[in-house]
Amino acid sequence: MSETKPLDFTKFRERIGDLRGKDYWRSLEELSRSEVFDEFFQSEFPRQAVALSNGVDRRNFMKLMGASVALAGLTGCRPPAEQIVPYVNQPENLVPGKPIYFATAMPLSGYARGVLVESHMYRPTKIEGNPEHPASRGASDAFMQASILNLYDPDRSQVVRRMGEISTWSEFVAALQPILTAAKANGAGLRILSQTITSPTLGAQMQQILSQFPGVRWHQWEPAGDALREGNRLAFGSYVNTVYDFTKANVVVSLGSDFLEEGPGHLRYARDFSTRRRVRAGQGDAGMNRLYAIETAPSSTGSIADHRLPVKPSDIESVGREILAALSGAWTAPAQTAHAGGVPRAPFVAALVKDLLANRGASVVVPGDDQPPAVHAIAHAINSALGNIGSTVTVIDSPEVAPVNQLESLRELVTDMHAGAVRSLLILGGNPVFDAPVDFRFKDALQKVPFRAHLSLYNDETSLQCHWHVPETHYLETWGDARAYDGTVSIMQPLIAPLYNGRSAHEVLGSILGGLDTSSHAAVRNYWFGRGATEAAWRKWLHDGLVENSALPARGGSVAGSIPAAAPAQAGGIELEIKLDPTLYDGRFANNSWLQELPKPQTKITWDNVLLMGPRTADALGFGKEERDRMFNELQTRIAEVEYRGAKVELPVWVVPGYPDGAATVYLGSGRVNGGKVATGAGTNTYPLRPSTAMHGGPGARITMTSRGAYPIACTQEHQSIDPKVVGERGIIREASFEEYQKNPKFAQIVHAAPEPGLEHMHESMYSPYEYKGHAWAMVIDTTVCTGCNGCVIACQSENNIAVVGKEEVVKERELHWLRIDRYYKGDPENPEVFHQPVPCMQCENAPCEPVCPVAATSHSEEGLNDMTYNRCVGTRYCSNNCPYKVRRFNFFHYSDYDTPALKAMRNPDVTVRTRGVMEKCTYCVQRINHGKIEAKKEDRRVRDGEVVTACQQACPTNAIVFGDMNDPASVVAKLKQEPANYALLEELNTRPRTTYLATIRNPNPELVKPQAAEEAHH
Amino acid sequence: MAEKETTPVHEVRPTTQELRVPARFIPSPTIEPGHSFATITDHISTIVLRRKTPIGWLIGFLISLMGVGILTLSLTVLVGKGVGIWGINHPVGWGFDIINFVWWIGIGHAGTLISAILLLLRQEWRTSINRFAEAMTLFAVASAGIYPALHTGRPWFDYWLFPYPNTMGLWPQFRSPLMWDVFAVSTYATVSALFWYVGLVPDLATLRDRATNLWVKRIYGMFALGWRGSAKHWYRYEHAYLLLAGLSTPLVLSVHTIVSFDFAVAQLPGWHATFFPPYFVAGAVFAGFAMVLTLAIPARKFFRLEDFITMKHLENMGKVLLATGMIVVYAYAMEWFYGIYSGNPFEIFMLKNRATGPYGSMYIALWICNGLAPQLMWFKRFRTSTFWLFVVAMFVNVGMWLERFVIIPASLHRDFLPSSWGMYHGTVWDWGVYVGSIGLFFALLFLFVRLLPMISIFEMRTLLPEAQAHHTEGTEAQ
Repeated sequence: MSETKPLDFTKFRERIGDLRGKDYWRSLEELSRSEVFDEFFQSEFPRQAVALSNGVDRRNFMKLMGASVALAGLTGCRPPAEQIVPYVNQPENLVPGKPIYFATAMPLSGYARGVLVESHMYRPTKIEGNPEHPASRGASDAFMQASILNLYDPDRSQVVRRMGEISTWSEFVAALQPILTAAKANGAGLRILSQTITSPTLGAQMQQILSQFPGVRWHQWEPAGDALREGNRLAFGSYVNTVYDFTKANVVVSLGSDFLEEGPGHLRYARDFSTRRRVRAGQGDAGMNRLYAIETAPSSTGSIADHRLPVKPSDIESVGREILAALSGAWTAPAQTAHAGGVPRAPFVAALVKDLLANRGASVVVPGDDQPPAVHAIAHAINSALGNIGSTVTVIDSPEVAPVNQLESLRELVTDMHAGAVRSLLILGGNPVFDAPVDFRFKDALQKVPFRAHLSLYNDETSLQCHWHVPETHYLETWGDARAYDGTVSIMQPLIAPLYNGRSAHEVLGSILGGLDTSSHAAVRNYWFGRGATEAAWRKWLHDGLVENSALPARGGSVAGSIPAAAPAQAGGIELEIKLDPTLYDGRFANNSWLQELPKPQTKITWDNVLLMGPRTADALGFGKEERDRMFNELQTRIAEVEYRGAKVELPVWVVPGYPDGAATVYLGSGRVNGGKVATGAGTNTYPLRPSTAMHGGPGARITMTSRGAYPIACTQEHQSIDPKVVGERGIIREASFEEYQKNPKFAQIVHAAPEPGLEHMHESMYSPYEYKGHAWAMVIDTTVCTGCNGCVIACQSENNIAVVGKEEVVKERELHWLRIDRYYKGDPENPEVFHQPVPCMQCENAPCEPVCPVAATSHSEEGLNDMTYNRCVGTRYCSNNCPYKVRRFNFFHYSDYDTPALKAMRNPDVTVRTRGVMEKCTYCVQRINHGKIEAKKEDRRVRDGEVVTACQQACPTNAIVFGDMNDPASVVAKLKQEPANYALLEELNTRPRTTYLATIRNPNPELVKPQAAEEAHH
Repeated sequence: MAEKETTPVHEVRPTTQELRVPARFIPSPTIEPGHSFATITDHISTIVLRRKTPIGWLIGFLISLMGVGILTLSLTVLVGKGVGIWGINHPVGWGFDIINFVWWIGIGHAGTLISAILLLLRQEWRTSINRFAEAMTLFAVASAGIYPALHTGRPWFDYWLFPYPNTMGLWPQFRSPLMWDVFAVSTYATVSALFWYVGLVPDLATLRDRATNLWVKRIYGMFALGWRGSAKHWYRYEHAYLLLAGLSTPLVLSVHTIVSFDFAVAQLPGWHATFFPPYFVAGAVFAGFAMVLTLAIPARKFFRLEDFITMKHLENMGKVLLATGMIVVYAYAMEWFYGIYSGNPFEIFMLKNRATGPYGSMYIALWICNGLAPQLMWFKRFRTSTFWLFVVAMFVNVGMWLERFVIIPASLHRDFLPSSWGMYHGTVWDWGVYVGSIGLFFALLFLFVRLLPMISIFEMRTLLPEAQAHHTEGTEAQ
């Protein structure tokens, strides 16, 4: 190396920084001619390397990032390491322009969700659910959809770092050797901290390490999961998992559970739940289930419940106890009914119990994953008493490799770290410096460990505190395996060679066991072939995305544990509920701009986390109604200081209806310090409020309003100020109880806002209606089963290359989502009914947007699509002004990122990336329609029903969205259009929308409805 | 102008003194007594040719140029970054851009009305203010033109709005009111410019003849198009001018009618109303006369033109203000009537929201400015006071801006689906373009009063009794 011309750092930077387009690749060949360029660069100019890693301004950062991506891209050019074949011969199935789908699985907190990944020329571009997989059934949630952005995230860690300086994998392995040598004998204080592991291969590797290095200890930590594990242990005597079957349940009770939105099985649960929820004409009265939700913060599950009881977090347990007692007749409704946030609690419990008793074996009580163990014990005692166990509740062994109480596991580690007993620590994934309980002082403890290494997707808070940082592979870049919520094993296969030289946990553990050469592929394959897999079976597993019949069998589960006595009520202060963020999870998705900008399911807040509370609590804190209304109109709020267990955090206040008094909710995961460009600075870190003694909160919080006000909140929907009468008289939401529906199935056909009875003349026109001879694409959205989960929103964003605009632009009401989920309230603000209404483009036949465009950039197709020609749009915005649904989205600035190379690879090549100054909107995924039509034409047939699936429809876990050809009388969509509950939004405007809705039908318990009937009358 | 054997009218008729007509019935003159052809020509042309550039003019022009600077900056940033620098958002796609466009176009209307319609109606009092008003029209249209041209997301493709044969094989969308706007406004600008220029030709010749500096002579001479004042010239001039007046007349009605279609054709509550065309035309004339007053009152004082722009002119304009103001108020009232009478909940909500919603204060201010303030014009005392006329005109200027604000963002911000309601606030760049366009308007106006005769010299001369001595019947001295 010393023979070559010395390479000047500044010259190098010029070379990389100023490269554009074609030059860029030509020069890279030069740059990459030497395999050891990295090492050379790093060892020759270590000081500059430091400067580079620390203080680089954004511009240079982006330049270098581009170069790094290109370097990473070269990994795809070198002979592939594993089964990725070079294009010497055209691969058999690869047709340029036609995507290929691969099955793999996305692990989240260890648990797999089966996915199908769309790959364009071997670039993964879109995630779909795997229809074969039990945890997905083809559906996908926001995390799955958005994980594609994490793959390409330019902020991901790209190099091995030693003390912050660029290093190499081989140097890391070399540095590990003395530690391993020392550990051979007695462990020498070597510890491994991992996240939850369900991967059989990883588990086997870990076991192998533990047996090879007897003194080594393995700890596990994830911010969430303990409550469920411990709850199940309390209920069943050991670490087990409960799997619910909602298809058999007539009555469902949620004890603080958001089973439709959270947990590894939620997609399947939502799908199953919806099958019992759908109401179709001529079906008779069989079937519709009834959902009771007892919860604190409004959740998706609570929002579609037939009855929701808002209670303080601690009261969830006491309501559970009352239900349990009432089942055996040991509880009767007290005469003086206690009011929980304005909702009479005793009649609720009494009616619920009656319903449960009438549905023995066909009901289910679901405890929330983050509820204290006692709630789990109580819930399963109820299930057991009702004979639900074995019918709607299946108990299986935990799919985890080694289920432990992770809090204790971490406590043990931290205690040893503080004591200096830990000499070296390998952290496999996770971000404990950010998310460990605050009283563990993990960061301080870490300083006492002489050797610490962190394997992570990002060079994050924990990496900064470690000597070594190794970039981790994304799940789409590596081989692996994982179990689903029911134990089904999926083999994960890579869709792309690691973009950023990442290493998987398999490789790190492999390097401990056997040196440099263990590949993830070998590890996983060897594990399964060692257990009798054949090549044929292996290929089938890869193809199907799961190992058939690998679900864990039901174990003889009887409710074992006794229920602990009720803890004495702790007085004082406000009860604090601490939950994972619905869009950022525990903070691991904080650098995902799609998820940051995704309106949180119930509050519609983006880019921030808030302190949720009810109106009366806010009043008591001096945040009155007028002030609130004004602030919601202007999307500004005030900052409150939360003091909990000695920690103080300042958070913006947000008031939601249906929230019980005397409590407040905070969400974890925001406020990352070193999470990447997107994450850093978004929201407030609430982990300081979370000591190990109160992982999910509890009583005793003190909240005071500060004088700081006018804090802008990027909320995408106006809040309280909406007069419910306005919504009602406009007929936006149409709903009825199941009983009312039975009496009058056509309840949704009343026309609101029609000047005269009878609408016939309003549909008159001087012109004869256009006859759609070919296809007539249409959509029906069943609002009964929409949970507002947001899966469709991100699916749409991913499919259609929708740009992210950032908090300031969302505050200015300029978000670009083509599909939004409108949320409306009805009834008592103490506990309103909630309605979700996904609103894509209505594809009106009489589209008001079309005639007003002066350049005909939006026009009607002969299939009834309201097409948008981006190239032709000059951006007058007249179409948006004239759209009564306001579904058109304008590029006020150049929002699309044209520059970041990594993001270019992510985009759907079938969809234009929009420039500034043009209008965009939902196209019914016209690229998918055309794809379907081309396929059909090749076979000289009509497009089959179900062949063209829009992105939102494909993602929807409850099949609420149905799309198809209205001209095909056999199609599902054509049939749904004939449903009596089918209605068009704002139909009196004679826009003739192609997207219509099925009115919301709920199934309230008649016993609980009666007292409200009088109240309902005046709505 | 065939000469007949008739006695000059003023010699036969008894004078008002002879008839002992009470003073209040004696109309004030359109030109003060004591002027001859020479004094008129002198007085007006001197402003341009002889007098030194007044210091006040310089200061005013420099301030206006600062406005032009702000405009240049704002538009540069606008084109560089995108319309996102403005306060517009998803429910409110149009904000200051279209408010100001309509406001400026409206202001322009007074000029055309004065020039064309009052000419056809032989309202002679128009003579001393028509040149000025026409210039105002032209400059207002120039200021207005900035907005539709640059409010688009990609202004470099604005030419797609014009129907021209192209390789894309595409025509504009002829159903779109914005398309009609293109025709209406461009026609308006062209005809106004022609009308103004044709009217200027004889005066340019006068300036050419009176200029002493050779270059000034040549420049005016070039623009005078060889005018020599021959009978043939006058004959053709009169025809051309009348024809242009005839062309302009429908424009007074059509331009703002079409501008109102931008709203009336849409189906948004608050926009979708059949009475918008007359309402907008009346509003435009209202706004235009207010602006003429705003400009004429100081200019008259500054250039000592009280003899030519007499109290009669101001009083007449006050009357027009009152009349058109009443039409506008009637329209405001009708909005409530048909909204409530229709029973349409969207309309009723829109009205309620307009009055009591977040922009309610602007609606109330609108009523005060456009409804109450012009009522002073019922009283002669206020009509004949330059101070009060100016105050009322300023109220109307503000009121008409508020009216457009109330119509555009305040209707858009809460439309059909409450989920997509929002708020609108102008940003510093919105104000930058607005202030800048005012700067441009005044800069052009300052140049105009310095370089061209702001009052038509030859037409003023026709107001003198000498001019009427050879007139035929039908033309009465006042």
